[in-house]
Amino acid sequence: MSVISALRNETTSWYEASARQRIDALVDRGSLTEFVGPAARETSPHLAIFGLPTQLDDGIVVGEAALDGRAVLVAAQEGRFMGGAFGEVHGAKLVGLLRAARATRRDVLICFDTGGVRLQEANAGELAIAEIIRALVLARLAGVQVVGLIGGRAGCYGGGGLIAACCSTLIVTEQGRISVTGPEVIETNKGVEEFDSKDRAFVWRTMGGKHRYLIGGADRLVADSAAAFRAAAIGALSSPTVLDAGTLDAEQARLERRLARFGTAEDATEIWSALGIDPVDDLPALDESSFLARAGGKRESADGAR
Amino acid sequence: MELDDILASLFPAGHEVRVAHGRIAGHGVLRDGRRIHVVGLADGIALGVEDAASLAAQVLAIARQTDAAPILMPIDSSSQRMSRRDELLGLNEYLAHLAKSLLLAEQAGHRTIGLLYGGSAAGAFIATALATGTLVALPGAHPEVMDLPSMARVTKLSLDVLREKAKATPVFAPGLDNLARTGAVHATWDPAQPLTAQLEALLAEPAGDDARDLLGQQRQGRPKAAAIAARVVHEATRGG
Repeated sequence: MSVISALRNETTSWYEASARQRIDALVDRGSLTEFVGPAARETSPHLAIFGLPTQLDDGIVVGEAALDGRAVLVAAQEGRFMGGAFGEVHGAKLVGLLRAARATRRDVLICFDTGGVRLQEANAGELAIAEIIRALVLARLAGVQVVGLIGGRAGCYGGGGLIAACCSTLIVTEQGRISVTGPEVIETNKGVEEFDSKDRAFVWRTMGGKHRYLIGGADRLVADSAAAFRAAAIGALSSPTVLDAGTLDAEQARLERRLARFGTAEDATEIWSALGIDPVDDLPALDESSFLARAGGKRESADGAR
Repeated sequence: MELDDILASLFPAGHEVRVAHGRIAGHGVLRDGRRIHVVGLADGIALGVEDAASLAAQVLAIARQTDAAPILMPIDSSSQRMSRRDELLGLNEYLAHLAKSLLLAEQAGHRTIGLLYGGSAAGAFIATALATGTLVALPGAHPEVMDLPSMARVTKLSLDVLREKAKATPVFAPGLDNLARTGAVHATWDPAQPLTAQLEALLAEPAGDDARDLLGQQRQGRPKAAAIAARVVHEATRGG
Protein backbone atom coordinates (compact mmCIF):
# COMPACT_ATOMS: atom_id res chain seq x y z
CA MET A 1 0.00 0.00 0.00
CA SER A 2 1.32 3.43 -0.89
CA VAL A 3 1.75 6.22 1.63
CA ILE A 4 -0.96 8.24 -0.09
CA SER A 5 -3.59 5.52 0.16
CA ALA A 6 -2.62 4.78 3.75
CA LEU A 7 -3.20 8.41 4.61
CA ARG A 8 -6.43 8.38 2.72
CA ASN A 9 -7.65 5.35 4.70
CA GLU A 10 -6.56 6.90 7.98
CA THR A 11 -8.62 10.00 7.41
CA THR A 12 -11.67 8.47 5.74
CA SER A 13 -14.57 8.50 8.21
CA TRP A 14 -16.62 5.34 7.65
CA TYR A 15 -19.73 7.10 8.88
CA GLU A 16 -19.38 9.95 6.40
CA ALA A 17 -18.19 7.90 3.41
CA SER A 18 -20.29 6.59 0.53
CA ALA A 19 -20.50 2.87 -0.28
CA ARG A 20 -17.94 3.24 -3.07
CA GLN A 21 -15.57 5.25 -0.88
CA ARG A 22 -15.82 2.59 1.82
CA ILE A 23 -14.91 -0.23 -0.55
CA ASP A 24 -12.11 1.80 -2.15
CA ALA A 25 -10.56 2.47 1.24
CA LEU A 26 -11.21 -1.02 2.60
CA VAL A 27 -9.66 -3.25 -0.06
CA ASP A 28 -6.22 -3.15 -1.69
CA ARG A 29 -5.99 -0.02 -3.77
CA GLY A 30 -7.59 -0.33 -7.20
CA SER A 31 -8.35 -4.04 -6.77
CA LEU A 32 -12.14 -3.90 -7.08
CA THR A 33 -13.88 -5.47 -10.06
CA GLU A 34 -17.58 -4.74 -9.78
CA PHE A 35 -20.32 -7.15 -10.88
CA VAL A 36 -23.48 -5.80 -12.54
CA GLY A 37 -22.25 -2.27 -11.93
CA PRO A 38 -23.89 1.06 -12.81
CA ALA A 39 -23.05 0.64 -16.51
CA ALA A 40 -25.40 -2.34 -16.60
CA ARG A 41 -28.24 0.02 -15.60
CA GLU A 42 -30.05 -2.66 -13.64
CA THR A 43 -32.38 -0.35 -11.77
CA SER A 44 -35.39 -1.09 -9.61
CA PRO A 45 -38.43 -1.97 -11.75
CA HIS A 46 -40.78 -0.93 -8.93
CA LEU A 47 -39.86 2.55 -7.70
CA ALA A 48 -41.44 4.27 -10.71
CA ILE A 49 -44.85 3.13 -9.46
CA PHE A 50 -44.27 5.46 -6.53
CA GLY A 51 -42.82 8.25 -8.62
CA LEU A 52 -39.43 7.73 -6.95
CA PRO A 53 -36.07 8.07 -8.69
CA THR A 54 -33.95 4.99 -9.30
CA GLN A 55 -30.19 4.62 -8.96
CA LEU A 56 -28.04 2.82 -11.53
CA ASP A 57 -26.63 0.36 -8.97
CA ASP A 58 -29.85 0.15 -6.89
CA GLY A 59 -27.90 1.23 -3.84
CA ILE A 60 -25.38 -1.58 -3.53
CA VAL A 61 -21.92 -2.34 -4.88
CA VAL A 62 -20.88 -6.01 -5.22
CA GLY A 63 -17.67 -7.35 -6.68
CA GLU A 64 -14.36 -9.08 -6.18
CA ALA A 65 -11.21 -7.52 -4.77
CA ALA A 66 -8.07 -8.23 -2.81
CA LEU A 67 -7.66 -7.65 0.91
CA ASP A 68 -4.02 -7.67 1.96
CA GLY A 69 -3.34 -9.78 -1.11
CA ARG A 70 -6.11 -12.27 -0.47
CA ALA A 71 -8.92 -12.72 -3.04
CA VAL A 72 -12.28 -11.81 -1.49
CA LEU A 73 -15.81 -10.95 -2.50
CA VAL A 74 -17.15 -7.66 -1.24
CA ALA A 75 -20.44 -5.79 -0.94
CA ALA A 76 -21.35 -2.31 0.31
CA GLN A 77 -24.79 -0.82 0.79
CA GLU A 78 -25.38 2.85 0.05
CA GLY A 79 -27.28 4.24 3.02
CA ARG A 80 -27.99 7.48 1.21
CA PHE A 81 -30.16 5.81 -1.42
CA MET A 82 -33.52 4.68 -0.02
CA GLY A 83 -31.85 4.27 3.38
CA GLY A 84 -29.78 1.37 2.05
CA ALA A 85 -32.92 -0.74 2.05
CA PHE A 86 -33.23 -4.13 0.39
CA GLY A 87 -35.21 -4.02 -2.84
CA GLU A 88 -35.48 -6.69 -5.52
CA VAL A 89 -32.32 -5.84 -7.51
CA HIS A 90 -30.31 -4.69 -4.48
CA GLY A 91 -31.06 -7.94 -2.67
CA ALA A 92 -30.51 -10.17 -5.70
CA LYS A 93 -26.98 -8.81 -6.14
CA LEU A 94 -26.07 -9.90 -2.61
CA VAL A 95 -27.80 -13.26 -3.11
CA GLY A 96 -25.69 -13.85 -6.22
CA LEU A 97 -22.48 -12.79 -4.44
CA LEU A 98 -23.07 -15.23 -1.58
CA ARG A 99 -23.96 -18.09 -3.92
CA ALA A 100 -20.71 -17.38 -5.77
CA ALA A 101 -18.83 -17.34 -2.46
CA ARG A 102 -19.96 -20.89 -1.76
CA ALA A 103 -19.08 -22.02 -5.28
CA THR A 104 -15.62 -20.44 -5.31
CA ARG A 105 -14.83 -20.72 -1.57
CA ARG A 106 -13.91 -17.07 -1.34
CA ASP A 107 -14.48 -15.13 1.87
CA VAL A 108 -16.93 -12.22 1.85
CA LEU A 109 -16.94 -8.72 3.34
CA ILE A 110 -20.35 -7.06 3.69
CA CYS A 111 -20.51 -3.35 4.56
CA PHE A 112 -24.01 -2.97 5.96
CA ASP A 113 -25.83 0.37 5.91
CA THR A 114 -29.52 -0.35 5.87
CA GLY A 115 -32.92 0.38 7.34
CA GLY A 116 -34.12 -3.11 6.34
CA VAL A 117 -36.71 -3.98 3.71
CA ARG A 118 -37.50 -1.33 1.08
CA LEU A 119 -41.21 -0.94 1.70
CA GLN A 120 -42.07 0.14 -1.85
CA GLU A 121 -41.05 -3.37 -2.94
CA ALA A 122 -41.57 -5.01 0.43
CA ASN A 123 -42.36 -8.56 -0.67
CA ALA A 124 -39.36 -8.76 -3.00
CA GLY A 125 -37.09 -7.25 -0.34
CA GLU A 126 -38.33 -9.55 2.42
CA LEU A 127 -37.80 -12.63 0.29
CA ALA A 128 -34.37 -11.40 -0.84
CA ILE A 129 -33.32 -11.23 2.82
CA ALA A 130 -34.47 -14.83 3.32
CA GLU A 131 -32.50 -15.88 0.23
CA ILE A 132 -29.43 -13.99 1.47
CA ILE A 133 -29.57 -15.71 4.86
CA ARG A 134 -29.87 -19.12 3.20
CA ALA A 135 -27.00 -18.44 0.78
CA LEU A 136 -24.85 -16.97 3.57
CA VAL A 137 -25.36 -19.91 5.92
CA LEU A 138 -24.72 -22.45 3.15
CA ALA A 139 -21.49 -20.62 2.27
CA ARG A 140 -20.41 -20.66 5.92
CA LEU A 141 -21.24 -24.35 6.25
CA ALA A 142 -18.90 -24.86 3.28
CA GLY A 143 -16.11 -23.10 5.18
CA VAL A 144 -16.41 -19.55 3.84
CA GLN A 145 -15.90 -16.61 6.24
CA VAL A 146 -18.43 -13.81 6.03
CA VAL A 147 -17.38 -10.63 7.81
CA GLY A 148 -19.92 -7.87 8.48
CA LEU A 149 -18.84 -4.23 8.86
CA ILE A 150 -21.29 -1.86 10.53
CA GLY A 151 -20.75 1.84 11.08
CA GLY A 152 -22.86 3.75 8.56
CA ARG A 153 -25.52 6.41 8.93
CA ALA A 154 -28.46 4.06 8.43
CA GLY A 155 -27.20 1.48 10.95
CA CYS A 156 -28.22 -2.13 10.40
CA TYR A 157 -31.93 -2.57 10.98
CA GLY A 158 -34.74 -4.97 10.21
CA GLY A 159 -33.73 -7.97 8.16
CA GLY A 160 -30.26 -6.44 7.93
CA GLY A 161 -29.86 -7.14 11.64
CA LEU A 162 -30.73 -10.79 11.05
CA ILE A 163 -28.26 -11.12 8.19
CA ALA A 164 -25.56 -9.47 10.33
CA ALA A 165 -26.07 -11.99 13.13
CA CYS A 166 -25.53 -14.81 10.61
CA CYS A 167 -22.02 -13.53 9.78
CA SER A 168 -18.85 -15.20 11.09
CA THR A 169 -17.51 -11.96 12.56
CA LEU A 170 -19.03 -8.53 13.09
CA ILE A 171 -16.91 -5.38 13.19
CA VAL A 172 -18.68 -2.27 14.50
CA THR A 173 -18.08 1.31 15.47
CA GLU A 174 -19.94 2.93 18.33
CA GLN A 175 -22.17 4.56 15.69
CA GLY A 176 -23.04 1.12 14.29
CA ARG A 177 -26.55 0.47 15.53
CA ILE A 178 -27.96 -3.03 15.17
CA SER A 179 -31.55 -4.04 15.86
CA VAL A 180 -34.60 -5.65 14.30
CA THR A 181 -37.39 -3.17 14.97
CA GLY A 182 -36.24 0.41 14.58
CA PRO A 183 -36.86 3.08 17.22
CA GLU A 184 -39.58 4.87 15.23
CA VAL A 185 -41.49 1.67 14.54
CA ILE A 186 -41.44 0.60 18.21
CA GLU A 187 -42.57 4.06 19.25
CA THR A 188 -45.34 4.10 16.61
CA ASN A 189 -46.65 0.69 17.65
CA LYS A 190 -46.05 0.68 21.40
CA GLY A 191 -45.91 4.31 22.44
CA VAL A 192 -43.26 6.79 23.47
CA GLU A 193 -43.22 5.38 27.03
CA GLU A 194 -41.91 2.08 25.59
CA PHE A 195 -39.38 3.68 23.28
CA ASP A 196 -38.52 7.35 22.81
CA SER A 197 -36.98 7.46 19.34
CA LYS A 198 -35.98 11.11 19.80
CA ASP A 199 -33.73 10.29 22.78
CA ARG A 200 -30.48 9.71 20.91
CA ALA A 201 -28.45 8.73 23.97
CA PHE A 202 -31.06 6.11 24.84
CA VAL A 203 -31.18 4.76 21.28
CA TRP A 204 -27.38 4.44 21.09
CA ARG A 205 -26.91 2.76 24.43
CA THR A 206 -29.72 0.29 23.62
CA MET A 207 -28.72 -0.56 20.04
CA GLY A 208 -25.31 1.01 19.47
CA GLY A 209 -22.00 -0.67 18.75
CA LYS A 210 -20.60 -0.42 22.27
CA HIS A 211 -23.59 -2.21 23.82
CA ARG A 212 -23.59 -4.85 21.11
CA TYR A 213 -19.87 -5.40 21.68
CA LEU A 214 -20.36 -5.74 25.45
CA ILE A 215 -23.11 -8.38 25.22
CA GLY A 216 -21.42 -10.39 22.46
CA GLY A 217 -23.60 -9.08 19.64
CA ALA A 218 -20.47 -7.83 17.86
CA ASP A 219 -16.89 -9.10 17.91
CA ARG A 220 -14.61 -6.14 17.28
CA LEU A 221 -15.14 -2.50 18.13
CA VAL A 222 -13.11 -0.07 16.04
CA ALA A 223 -12.67 3.66 15.57
CA ASP A 224 -14.66 5.40 12.85
CA SER A 225 -12.07 5.11 10.09
CA ALA A 226 -11.68 3.00 7.00
CA ALA A 227 -8.16 2.08 8.14
CA ALA A 228 -9.50 0.64 11.38
CA PHE A 229 -12.11 -1.41 9.51
CA ARG A 230 -9.46 -2.64 7.08
CA ALA A 231 -7.12 -3.75 9.85
CA ALA A 232 -9.95 -5.48 11.72
CA ALA A 233 -11.19 -7.24 8.57
CA ILE A 234 -7.69 -8.53 7.82
CA GLY A 235 -7.49 -9.74 11.41
CA ALA A 236 -10.86 -11.45 11.21
CA LEU A 237 -9.99 -13.35 8.04
CA SER A 238 -6.71 -14.50 9.53
CA SER A 239 -8.49 -16.15 12.46
CA PRO A 240 -11.25 -18.13 10.76
CA THR A 241 -14.25 -19.55 12.62
CA VAL A 242 -16.43 -22.50 11.65
CA LEU A 243 -20.18 -22.95 11.50
CA ASP A 244 -21.39 -26.40 12.47
CA ALA A 245 -23.68 -28.09 15.00
CA GLY A 246 -21.21 -27.36 17.78
CA THR A 247 -21.20 -23.65 16.92
CA LEU A 248 -24.98 -23.42 17.13
CA ASP A 249 -25.11 -25.43 20.35
CA ALA A 250 -22.61 -22.96 21.78
CA GLU A 251 -24.68 -20.05 20.49
CA GLN A 252 -27.79 -21.55 22.07
CA ALA A 253 -26.00 -21.70 25.42
CA ARG A 254 -24.64 -18.18 24.95
CA LEU A 255 -28.06 -16.70 24.17
CA GLU A 256 -29.76 -18.57 27.03
CA ARG A 257 -27.05 -17.35 29.41
CA ARG A 258 -27.71 -13.79 28.26
CA LEU A 259 -31.40 -14.14 29.16
CA ALA A 260 -30.50 -15.60 32.55
CA ARG A 261 -27.93 -12.90 33.35
CA PHE A 262 -29.59 -9.82 31.91
CA GLY A 263 -33.23 -10.73 31.26
CA THR A 264 -34.59 -8.45 33.97
CA ALA A 265 -32.47 -5.41 33.11
CA GLU A 266 -34.43 -2.25 32.37
CA ASP A 267 -31.59 -0.36 30.75
CA ALA A 268 -28.27 -1.06 29.08
CA THR A 269 -26.40 0.50 32.01
CA GLU A 270 -27.75 -2.24 34.32
CA ILE A 271 -26.33 -4.87 31.97
CA TRP A 272 -22.95 -3.13 31.89
CA SER A 273 -22.89 -3.02 35.70
CA ALA A 274 -23.87 -6.69 35.87
CA LEU A 275 -20.87 -7.43 33.66
CA GLY A 276 -18.70 -5.93 36.40
CA ILE A 277 -17.81 -2.75 34.55
CA ASP A 278 -17.38 0.21 36.87
CA PRO A 279 -18.16 3.01 36.43
CA VAL A 280 -20.69 2.77 33.56
CA ASP A 281 -22.16 6.25 33.32
CA ASP A 282 -19.40 7.65 31.13
CA LEU A 283 -18.99 4.55 28.91
CA PRO A 284 -20.86 6.12 25.95
CA ALA A 285 -18.48 9.09 25.98
CA LEU A 286 -15.22 7.12 26.09
CA ASP A 287 -13.02 6.85 23.02
CA GLU A 288 -12.35 3.37 21.66
CA SER A 289 -9.10 2.67 23.47
CA SER A 290 -10.35 3.84 26.88
CA PHE A 291 -13.59 1.95 26.37
CA LEU A 292 -11.81 -1.26 25.35
CA ALA A 293 -9.46 -0.94 28.32
CA ARG A 294 -12.34 -0.69 30.76
CA ALA A 295 -14.39 -3.46 29.09
CA GLY A 296 -11.39 -5.79 28.80
CA GLY A 297 -11.99 -9.23 30.28
CA LYS A 298 -15.54 -8.34 31.35
CA ARG A 299 -17.61 -8.46 28.18
CA GLU A 300 -19.54 -11.46 26.92
CA SER A 301 -17.85 -12.80 23.81
CA ALA A 302 -19.30 -14.80 20.94
CA ASP A 303 -16.05 -16.56 20.04
CA GLY A 304 -16.91 -19.86 18.40
CA ALA A 305 -20.58 -19.26 19.15
CA ARG A 306 -21.98 -17.31 16.19
CA MET B 1 -58.39 -23.90 9.23
CA GLU B 2 -57.93 -24.36 12.98
CA LEU B 3 -54.74 -25.99 14.20
CA ASP B 4 -56.58 -28.99 15.69
CA ASP B 5 -58.25 -29.71 12.35
CA ILE B 6 -54.99 -29.24 10.51
CA LEU B 7 -53.16 -31.71 12.75
CA ALA B 8 -56.00 -34.24 12.48
CA SER B 9 -55.95 -33.99 8.69
CA LEU B 10 -52.16 -34.20 8.56
CA PHE B 11 -51.79 -37.13 10.92
CA PRO B 12 -54.84 -39.43 10.79
CA ALA B 13 -52.59 -42.14 12.23
CA GLY B 14 -52.08 -40.02 15.31
CA HIS B 15 -49.94 -37.29 16.73
CA GLU B 16 -48.56 -35.97 19.98
CA VAL B 17 -48.46 -32.25 19.46
CA ARG B 18 -48.87 -29.75 22.29
CA VAL B 19 -49.45 -26.03 22.20
CA ALA B 20 -48.34 -23.87 25.12
CA HIS B 21 -47.66 -20.13 25.25
CA GLY B 22 -48.11 -19.88 21.49
CA ARG B 23 -45.43 -22.49 20.82
CA ILE B 24 -46.17 -25.77 19.06
CA ALA B 25 -44.08 -28.88 19.78
CA GLY B 26 -44.33 -32.62 19.28
CA HIS B 27 -44.50 -35.13 16.47
CA GLY B 28 -46.95 -36.84 14.17
CA VAL B 29 -46.99 -40.07 12.18
CA LEU B 30 -47.75 -40.45 8.48
CA ARG B 31 -49.80 -43.33 7.07
CA ASP B 32 -46.68 -45.32 6.26
CA GLY B 33 -45.43 -44.92 9.82
CA ARG B 34 -42.92 -42.20 9.06
CA ARG B 35 -42.34 -39.82 11.94
CA ILE B 36 -42.62 -36.06 11.40
CA HIS B 37 -41.27 -33.58 13.93
CA VAL B 38 -43.60 -30.66 14.56
CA VAL B 39 -42.27 -27.30 15.79
CA GLY B 40 -44.16 -24.07 15.26
CA LEU B 41 -45.99 -20.96 16.38
CA ALA B 42 -49.68 -20.57 17.22
CA ASP B 43 -52.26 -18.03 18.35
CA GLY B 44 -50.72 -15.13 16.46
CA ILE B 45 -47.85 -14.88 18.93
CA ALA B 46 -45.29 -12.07 18.60
CA LEU B 47 -41.88 -13.74 18.43
CA GLY B 48 -39.68 -12.54 21.28
CA VAL B 49 -36.25 -13.53 22.55
CA GLU B 50 -37.48 -16.38 24.79
CA ASP B 51 -39.72 -17.84 22.07
CA ALA B 52 -36.96 -17.78 19.49
CA ALA B 53 -34.49 -19.41 21.91
CA SER B 54 -37.02 -22.09 22.82
CA LEU B 55 -37.84 -22.92 19.19
CA ALA B 56 -34.16 -23.01 18.25
CA ALA B 57 -33.40 -25.39 21.12
CA GLN B 58 -36.08 -27.77 19.83
CA VAL B 59 -34.78 -27.54 16.27
CA LEU B 60 -31.18 -28.14 17.37
CA ALA B 61 -32.26 -31.18 19.40
CA ILE B 62 -33.87 -32.58 16.26
CA ALA B 63 -30.80 -31.72 14.17
CA ARG B 64 -28.73 -33.95 16.47
CA GLN B 65 -31.00 -36.94 15.80
CA THR B 66 -29.94 -39.19 12.96
CA ASP B 67 -33.46 -40.29 11.97
CA ALA B 68 -33.60 -37.82 9.06
CA ALA B 69 -37.23 -37.23 9.93
CA PRO B 70 -38.66 -34.05 8.38
CA ILE B 71 -39.60 -31.00 10.45
CA LEU B 72 -43.04 -29.51 9.85
CA MET B 73 -43.36 -25.94 11.08
CA PRO B 74 -46.97 -24.75 11.35
CA ILE B 75 -47.08 -20.97 11.70
CA ASP B 76 -49.65 -18.50 12.92
CA SER B 77 -47.70 -15.58 14.36
CA SER B 78 -47.60 -11.82 14.16
CA SER B 79 -44.29 -9.99 13.75
CA GLN B 80 -41.29 -10.12 16.02
CA ARG B 81 -42.10 -8.73 19.47
CA MET B 82 -41.60 -4.98 19.33
CA SER B 83 -40.16 -3.83 22.62
CA ARG B 84 -37.26 -2.04 24.23
CA ARG B 85 -36.35 -5.17 26.21
CA ASP B 86 -36.20 -7.48 23.19
CA GLU B 87 -33.94 -5.08 21.30
CA LEU B 88 -31.79 -4.41 24.38
CA LEU B 89 -31.15 -8.15 24.62
CA GLY B 90 -30.27 -8.47 20.93
CA LEU B 91 -33.41 -9.88 19.31
CA ASN B 92 -31.63 -9.91 15.94
CA GLU B 93 -29.27 -12.58 17.25
CA TYR B 94 -32.11 -14.74 18.58
CA LEU B 95 -34.04 -14.59 15.31
CA ALA B 96 -30.90 -15.25 13.26
CA HIS B 97 -30.00 -18.15 15.53
CA LEU B 98 -33.42 -19.70 14.90
CA ALA B 99 -33.01 -19.32 11.13
CA LYS B 100 -29.50 -20.81 11.29
CA SER B 101 -30.77 -23.73 13.36
CA LEU B 102 -33.43 -24.52 10.76
CA LEU B 103 -30.86 -24.39 7.97
CA LEU B 104 -28.46 -26.59 9.94
CA ALA B 105 -31.17 -29.18 10.59
CA GLU B 106 -32.00 -29.21 6.89
CA GLN B 107 -28.34 -29.74 5.97
CA ALA B 108 -28.20 -32.54 8.56
CA GLY B 109 -30.88 -34.39 6.60
CA HIS B 110 -34.13 -33.17 8.14
CA ARG B 111 -36.26 -31.58 5.46
CA THR B 112 -37.93 -28.45 6.75
CA ILE B 113 -41.45 -27.59 5.64
CA GLY B 114 -43.21 -24.43 6.73
CA LEU B 115 -47.00 -24.54 6.88
CA LEU B 116 -48.43 -21.04 7.05
CA TYR B 117 -51.97 -21.32 8.36
CA GLY B 118 -52.43 -17.88 9.93
CA GLY B 119 -50.40 -14.72 10.08
CA SER B 120 -46.70 -13.99 9.98
CA ALA B 121 -44.86 -10.74 9.48
CA ALA B 122 -41.57 -8.90 9.18
CA GLY B 123 -38.59 -10.42 11.01
CA ALA B 124 -40.61 -13.27 12.48
CA PHE B 125 -41.59 -14.36 8.96
CA ILE B 126 -37.91 -14.36 7.89
CA ALA B 127 -36.74 -16.34 10.93
CA THR B 128 -39.42 -19.06 10.67
CA ALA B 129 -41.48 -19.64 7.52
CA LEU B 130 -38.97 -18.16 5.09
CA ALA B 131 -36.09 -20.11 6.69
CA THR B 132 -37.67 -23.47 5.85
CA GLY B 133 -36.70 -25.39 2.73
CA THR B 134 -40.25 -25.43 1.39
CA LEU B 135 -43.08 -23.13 2.43
CA VAL B 136 -46.68 -24.08 1.81
CA ALA B 137 -49.81 -22.25 2.93
CA LEU B 138 -53.47 -22.82 3.58
CA PRO B 139 -56.15 -20.50 2.21
CA GLY B 140 -56.80 -17.70 4.68
CA ALA B 141 -53.16 -17.39 5.66
CA HIS B 142 -52.21 -13.74 5.79
CA PRO B 143 -48.47 -13.04 5.68
CA GLU B 144 -47.21 -9.49 5.41
CA VAL B 145 -43.98 -7.58 5.57
CA MET B 146 -45.67 -4.60 7.20
CA ASP B 147 -49.32 -3.66 7.55
CA LEU B 148 -50.58 -0.99 5.15
CA PRO B 149 -51.27 1.68 7.84
CA SER B 150 -47.65 1.43 9.12
CA MET B 151 -46.41 1.39 5.55
CA ALA B 152 -48.42 4.54 4.87
CA ARG B 153 -46.68 6.28 7.78
CA VAL B 154 -43.21 5.26 6.68
CA THR B 155 -43.67 5.96 2.97
CA LYS B 156 -45.69 9.14 3.63
CA LEU B 157 -48.37 8.00 1.21
CA SER B 158 -52.05 7.85 2.07
CA LEU B 159 -53.80 4.55 2.67
CA ASP B 160 -56.04 5.18 -0.33
CA VAL B 161 -53.05 5.73 -2.59
CA LEU B 162 -51.41 2.55 -1.29
CA ARG B 163 -54.58 0.52 -1.79
CA GLU B 164 -54.85 1.83 -5.35
CA LYS B 165 -51.21 1.01 -6.11
CA ALA B 166 -51.60 -2.42 -4.54
CA LYS B 167 -54.05 -3.29 -7.31
CA ALA B 168 -51.43 -2.53 -9.95
CA THR B 169 -48.53 -4.47 -8.42
CA PRO B 170 -48.17 -7.40 -6.05
CA VAL B 171 -44.66 -6.43 -5.07
CA PHE B 172 -45.38 -4.51 -1.87
CA ALA B 173 -48.94 -5.31 -0.81
CA PRO B 174 -49.67 -7.69 2.07
CA GLY B 175 -51.33 -11.03 1.57
CA LEU B 176 -50.82 -14.64 0.56
CA ASP B 177 -51.39 -14.17 -3.17
CA ASN B 178 -48.95 -11.29 -3.40
CA LEU B 179 -46.21 -13.15 -1.54
CA ALA B 180 -46.85 -16.31 -3.52
CA ARG B 181 -46.30 -14.38 -6.74
CA THR B 182 -42.83 -13.35 -5.59
CA GLY B 183 -41.97 -17.03 -5.10
CA ALA B 184 -42.10 -17.07 -1.30
CA VAL B 185 -44.83 -19.72 -1.16
CA HIS B 186 -44.28 -22.97 -3.03
CA ALA B 187 -47.93 -24.09 -3.07
CA THR B 188 -51.25 -23.45 -1.41
CA TRP B 189 -52.81 -26.64 -0.15
CA ASP B 190 -56.46 -27.60 -0.61
CA PRO B 191 -58.15 -27.85 2.79
CA ALA B 192 -60.96 -29.96 1.25
CA GLN B 193 -58.48 -32.75 0.52
CA PRO B 194 -56.63 -34.75 3.21
CA LEU B 195 -53.53 -32.76 4.17
CA THR B 196 -51.63 -35.98 4.88
CA ALA B 197 -51.72 -36.88 1.17
CA GLN B 198 -50.56 -33.40 0.22
CA LEU B 199 -47.68 -33.61 2.72
CA GLU B 200 -46.70 -37.06 1.42
CA ALA B 201 -46.75 -35.78 -2.15
CA LEU B 202 -44.53 -32.86 -1.17
CA LEU B 203 -42.08 -35.14 0.62
CA ALA B 204 -41.90 -37.29 -2.52
CA GLU B 205 -40.58 -34.30 -4.46
CA PRO B 206 -36.81 -33.80 -4.21
CA ALA B 207 -35.84 -30.83 -2.03
CA GLY B 208 -33.49 -29.15 -4.50
CA ASP B 209 -31.74 -25.78 -4.30
CA ASP B 210 -33.33 -22.46 -3.44
CA ALA B 211 -35.43 -21.74 -6.55
CA ARG B 212 -37.69 -19.08 -5.12
CA ASP B 213 -36.28 -16.43 -7.43
CA LEU B 214 -37.08 -18.55 -10.50
CA LEU B 215 -40.58 -19.16 -9.15
CA GLY B 216 -41.03 -15.41 -8.70
CA GLN B 217 -39.93 -14.88 -12.28
CA GLN B 218 -42.39 -17.47 -13.62
CA ARG B 219 -45.21 -15.99 -11.56
CA GLN B 220 -44.24 -12.46 -12.66
CA GLY B 221 -44.02 -11.19 -9.11
CA ARG B 222 -40.26 -10.65 -9.17
CA PRO B 223 -39.26 -9.89 -12.76
CA LYS B 224 -35.52 -9.30 -12.22
CA ALA B 225 -34.20 -11.11 -9.12
CA ALA B 226 -33.38 -14.49 -10.69
CA ALA B 227 -31.56 -12.97 -13.67
CA ILE B 228 -29.57 -10.51 -11.53
CA ALA B 229 -28.46 -13.17 -9.04
CA ALA B 230 -27.48 -15.53 -11.88
CA ARG B 231 -25.54 -12.78 -13.61
CA VAL B 232 -23.56 -11.97 -10.46
CA VAL B 233 -22.78 -15.67 -10.00
CA HIS B 234 -21.66 -15.84 -13.64
CA GLU B 235 -19.40 -12.79 -13.39
CA ALA B 236 -17.93 -14.00 -10.09
CA THR B 237 -17.17 -17.53 -11.26
CA ARG B 238 -15.95 -17.02 -14.82
CA GLY B 239 -12.35 -16.77 -13.62
CA GLY B 240 -9.49 -14.80 -15.06
